Amino acid sequence: MSILINKDTRIVTQGITGNTGEFHTTQCLEYAYGKDCFVAGVTPGKEGQSVQGVPVYNAVKDAKEQHGVNASVIYVPPRFAAAAIDEAVDAELDLVICITEGIPVADMIKTRDRMRKMNSKTVLVGPNCPGVITPEEVKIGIMPGYIHKKGSIGVVSRSGTLTYEAVHQLTQLGMGQSSCVGIGGDPVNGMKHIDVMKMFNEDPDTEAVVMCGEIGGTDEEECAAWIKENMTKPVVGFIAGVTAPPGKRMGHAGAIISGGQGTAQSKIDALKDAGVHVTVNPSEMGSTLKAALS
Amino acid sequence: MNVHEYQGKEILRKYGVVTPRGIPAFSVDEAVAAAEELGGNVWVVKAQIHAGGRGKGGGVKVATSMEQVREYADAILGMQLITHQTGPEGKQVNRLYIEEGADIADELYVGALVDRETQKVVLMCSSEGGMDIEEVAEETPEKILKIFVDPTEGLNRTEAEDVCAKMGMPAEAINQGADFLAGLYEAFVKSDASLAEINPLVVTGDKRVIALDAKFNIDSNALYRQAEIVEYRDLTEEDANEIEASKWGLSYISLDGNIGCLVNGAGLAMATMDIIQLYGAEPANFLDVGGGATQEQVTEAFKIMLANPKVEGILVNIFGGIMQCDVIASGIVAAAQEVGLTVPLVVRLEGTNVEQGRKILDESDVKLQTASTMADAAEKIAAAVKA
Repeated sequence: MSILINKDTRIVTQGITGNTGEFHTTQCLEYAYGKDCFVAGVTPGKEGQSVQGVPVYNAVKDAKEQHGVNASVIYVPPRFAAAAIDEAVDAELDLVICITEGIPVADMIKTRDRMRKMNSKTVLVGPNCPGVITPEEVKIGIMPGYIHKKGSIGVVSRSGTLTYEAVHQLTQLGMGQSSCVGIGGDPVNGMKHIDVMKMFNEDPDTEAVVMCGEIGGTDEEECAAWIKENMTKPVVGFIAGVTAPPGKRMGHAGAIISGGQGTAQSKIDALKDAGVHVTVNPSEMGSTLKAALS
Repeated sequence: MNVHEYQGKEILRKYGVVTPRGIPAFSVDEAVAAAEELGGNVWVVKAQIHAGGRGKGGGVKVATSMEQVREYADAILGMQLITHQTGPEGKQVNRLYIEEGADIADELYVGALVDRETQKVVLMCSSEGGMDIEEVAEETPEKILKIFVDPTEGLNRTEAEDVCAKMGMPAEAINQGADFLAGLYEAFVKSDASLAEINPLVVTGDKRVIALDAKFNIDSNALYRQAEIVEYRDLTEEDANEIEASKWGLSYISLDGNIGCLVNGAGLAMATMDIIQLYGAEPANFLDVGGGATQEQVTEAFKIMLANPKVEGILVNIFGGIMQCDVIASGIVAAAQEVGLTVPLVVRLEGTNVEQGRKILDESDVKLQTASTMADAAEKIAAAVKA
């Protein structure tokens, strides 16, 4: 089993005719059951074309009607990306994964407010994230597929390459993954650590979880509080940014220590207090988990 | 992107917020001319730098004569102003703002920012104006009142009036206070701000509500639709290396340590900084080359890191996903040769085509060490700079 996606997920790529959309859709098609899963693409005004054999439609709702898609992945440029999310939400898809980096925060505030007010059932992952993968079934996003291995460890992270680092360590130590979720580095986003953690806790095939956090915001602290009361599985945590100075934005729009909030130390303390196996050495995420399971 | 106080006040005035009258000045003569044009008998000479705490650092002076305006302008312009936000070296003052004096009866604080938990804009209001708001939040959190603004409904007038009363505004000023909050919220949203801070917001002796200071930070992802604000950019306020890096699509931040680090991805870059410290050295920078770095970008990244005299060694940590390690390895070799590497270099490559990548590094003439893990890399570079 897995969370969020599996080989039965049917996916539409929004922005499929752009370079990024086409490149990554090609990679995803080649991964495991990708050819069964990626069934449609959307680029307004380009209906009737096809990309790598995937038919293109003008709108998400058309792709849904024709192919029964239940998930979308978005590679639309930043200034149009929030509207692309709105469109997928309006089409009542189960899951929207927005890869796009650089969406104005004000746009995301409106999009999230809209989702709340219409009581949308759509789950949003991202924006500014690497995507979601269920190893050896389906990969939706930009992560390198080959580093993953099917197994029972859940991975959740705010950062792309740091997730790959964690996954690589796990795979090297023979520990496969149930699903890996990149929730993204933006201040206003969809799923947070806590939401993914709840799903991993419920998933019968997830045995333990690796959680990578970083400075900025209080998502890790909120997740820690939930773990303390509810989590039944071992969790390993790493928080990036111990050496990051306050007031400086570390690449991600959300990675900034401001107003005395969001320091690595407060997150590490909260996770430790919740019984999470915290490592301060990013080279030891895998080995820390192995030790926790033995 | 940050803007100066006088620019922040221009933004505020566009949305109906009352500020003192003022004129920016780039020389002592301009400062005096500005004071003459403003008239009256009290002027405030204010240093314009992108940092808070200017008053405490000696960058804000009240003048009661033209001689004093000249004296203070002369003293402040060109000074290295040191505040708790500038770092110990301070920042050179290149611009002044000459403002009419205000008759302050009460100082309040209002800040606007995006609350990540509720995903709304929050207005933070406090009776403790003029203070360091982080201290207030720490010691007397009950003195900070929050208004979470519904993105579609906008600011609720009753709630705004209620908070103004609770902040201690006199009855005659509450209507203006609510107007101020509405104006600030509109300015925040319409200018794509990520932070707006009015500290202090003052109530004058004659019960007028005036924004005495203005700090704005604009969401850089939204600058494409903020042409007027882009005009406000003052490059002299920004780190020269950070500007150079941004031209090449690199995300770079100077730090105080001795190890330059070049990494792909922001989270991995921070983790690399952390592991450098864990092994006894200190990171000299944050540098994210992004997901698809080219040889050109890697070369520029090396140049920027080496321009920092504190750098005694360089650690490259690349997790090749879509990006292939052999391509990166060739880039590193070419870059090291082009810039004439003078400090120890440790390279850790992992991911796609890693074997070919390591082979390219091993066979090159560039003096470098390869490492298999992040820990191995950090240990090697820390040892190399100690030797």
